[in-house]
Amino acid sequence: MRTIIVWCGRVGSGLAEELAAAGHEVTIFDITPTAFNRLPVNFAGQAVRGDGTDEDTLRRAGAEGADWFFALTEGDNRNTLAAQLARDVLGVHHVVAKINDPVRADAYRALGLNTICRSTMMIEALRRFVGLEFRPDVRQVGEALSLDSGVAGEASTAGEG
Amino acid sequence: MFIILVGGGKVGYYLTKELLREGHEVVLMERDPRRAAQIASEVGSVVLNRDGCEGKHLAEAGANRAAVVAAVTGGDEDNLVACQMAKHHFDVPRTIARVNNPKNEILFKRLGVDEIISPTRMVLGAVEQDIPVHELLHLAQLSGGDLELVEAQISSTSPVAGKAIRDIALPEGCLVFAVIRDDVAQAIRAETVLEPGDKVVAMSRNDCQEDVRQILIGEKPQADDED
Repeated sequence: MRTIIVWCGRVGSGLAEELAAAGHEVTIFDITPTAFNRLPVNFAGQAVRGDGTDEDTLRRAGAEGADWFFALTEGDNRNTLAAQLARDVLGVHHVVAKINDPVRADAYRALGLNTICRSTMMIEALRRFVGLEFRPDVRQVGEALSLDSGVAGEASTAGEG
Repeated sequence: MFIILVGGGKVGYYLTKELLREGHEVVLMERDPRRAAQIASEVGSVVLNRDGCEGKHLAEAGANRAAVVAAVTGGDEDNLVACQMAKHHFDVPRTIARVNNPKNEILFKRLGVDEIISPTRMVLGAVEQDIPVHELLHLAQLSGGDLELVEAQISSTSPVAGKAIRDIALPEGCLVFAVIRDDVAQAIRAETVLEPGDKVVAMSRNDCQEDVRQILIGEKPQADDED
């Protein structure tokens, strides 16, 4: 599977490491070269210095038609831009945008974008930790990441099995 | 008209002043408190120190009754999000985004932004006006496809100088439709004969622009290229 990750922060680098180790063909972008220090020395993927929200840069690195695209910069808006660029212009099959503002994450989920919201996930985890009761109207951790049904289905089946 | 502006940089600041002068109702959203206070001290209470990319804050600004939301920050991504939130959450009839990266123009249109303002392309157009002789001048990118409006200046060395339109074999993806002669634009007909000094306006697919350039303008003179 060809995977593009935009920004080599804690999440980006960690994900890149795991996916590359699992045999994915990983390309990770960051504009700061020192960010790549987070990657392991034996990282099997490709690290590209460049703006992962720029169409030309992404194309040059072969992002077109990739299987996965993860927009994981620290800017919600940058992530929505990059994710929509990947989906609508570069024809990437599965796209996920990290959006830490729960309101914006909801808004873009309604527009059909897969979003992952750290705030929602942490609030939910901590709610459970202190023993707050289950409320059906509150989004659960699993739903904070609203992936395409087919893939999410496979993943959850594998998890249960 | 009620207009919400997102971004209190230079563009947002002058825009606010101009729109107020023309009698419009304006709210300027600027998330940096210092900048917001600075503008407010000059133009008054129309400045809202809030993030225009956030739904809650747009609601506070009155987005549900705005005729126009114009996002003019220096960040393309912020402008996109402000416009998308305005469009999809508040049904704002007209959204305008400033775009700095010309590559983003088509994407923004496709994502539902009504109007794109590209300072980069404008300056590019102005620069190209000065050196048009053996290049196609790019007038406008048409939305929803890869068509562009281009202009070719016919010189005495152009292969088509002295030829009638019906005798010129243009690629399938190109349509010539106007000629500017002595500063007057006129429709092109099959029998129109092109003369040196004419400017031909054509609609062309991006992939056949090089052919169009070769046919209408001809080879670049080598000496000029060295300059």
